[in-house]
Amino acid sequence: MVPVTPMDIRDTKSGYGLVTRIVHWLMAVAVIGMFVLGLWMVALNYYSPYYQTAPDIHRSVGMLLLFLLVFRFVWRLVNPKPDDSDLTPFERTASRFVHWGFYPLLFILMVSGYLISTSDGRPIQVFDWFSVPALVHDPGLETPAGLVHEILSYVTMAIVGVHTLAALKHHFIDHGQALKRIWSGPPSA
Amino acid sequence: MKSVRLLAALIAGSIVLSSPALSADYVIDTERAHASINFRIKHLGFSWLVGRFDDFNGTFTFDEEAPENSSVKVEIDTASVNTNHSERDKHLRGKDFLNVSKHPKATFESTSVKLDGDKAIIVGNLTLNGVTKEIEIDANRVGGGKDPWGGYRDGFHGTTSLPLKDFDINFDLGPASKNVDLTLEVEGIRK
Repeated sequence: MVPVTPMDIRDTKSGYGLVTRIVHWLMAVAVIGMFVLGLWMVALNYYSPYYQTAPDIHRSVGMLLLFLLVFRFVWRLVNPKPDDSDLTPFERTASRFVHWGFYPLLFILMVSGYLISTSDGRPIQVFDWFSVPALVHDPGLETPAGLVHEILSYVTMAIVGVHTLAALKHHFIDHGQALKRIWSGPPSA
Repeated sequence: MKSVRLLAALIAGSIVLSSPALSADYVIDTERAHASINFRIKHLGFSWLVGRFDDFNGTFTFDEEAPENSSVKVEIDTASVNTNHSERDKHLRGKDFLNVSKHPKATFESTSVKLDGDKAIIVGNLTLNGVTKEIEIDANRVGGGKDPWGGYRDGFHGTTSLPLKDFDINFDLGPASKNVDLTLEVEGIRK
């Protein structure tokens, strides 16, 4: 049997592989950063030099995050789930609910953002790289989509908070393995 | 005896109602879209940004012999603002501009019509963003008469200019963009 190491690409029973860890922290930073960027950009005045570039970056990063989210979901499905038997039954149920809940939550958050920009039929330009076409041409949809986007952004931040506090409690109070598993991967066997 | 008097009163009344006062009531033809509420505002002072309100309804009375007896009433769904760009339209519906969740309707109701040569000045109260202000619309009759489908129509063109701050819209679009011009194209079908 091949020994498990922190450099494993795939997840194993004993910990998260490189791909999961990198994607997790990349998305953690990006999702929180997007929340801050979003709040900031809608408050900019018209003559701010960032009035156009801030939303350009927000849209571009959002589209990349959407693709990354779909990849991450597939990756989760085709990889084994690391052992979480050090959690109490309540903690295990709660953590699974939050972990799986992030997928539909972030998916709807990102799709609603996409609809704000594309409901007039215009594509989203992702940096100077490629453009994502408008799939729904429905002028007026941007307002309900915007409401969903705004509400879910706050819900996401609330759940990020719960997720973070739970991880810190698990690490510092219960001395569990979860934070180590997602930071440095499985211990070398 | 009583019924005869009643009949006489009815006849007298109907004569008054159908007397050849040329004042007539019209419904603005929004059903088949022969009316539009258009606006334009300077973009940075470099060009005109054009938009419109897609959903509105209204009525007017028009007296060809004495146009000063005419009146008009219009109600606009502010959420129907359309500048052909979703992100901008969303912004216009929000609190920086039209506040449509709080103020879903804008209304205009004329109070008087003054004649000025071959044009008219329609004075009335415009309620927009929850603020009611008296405004003046320069109007002229484009034409009127029997339509080919058995109805009777009259059509008008109107313009006015509004300072945004009068209606508590304070988002700073720059020094060249303090006012919005309205152009109204109104065709009514006689009831």
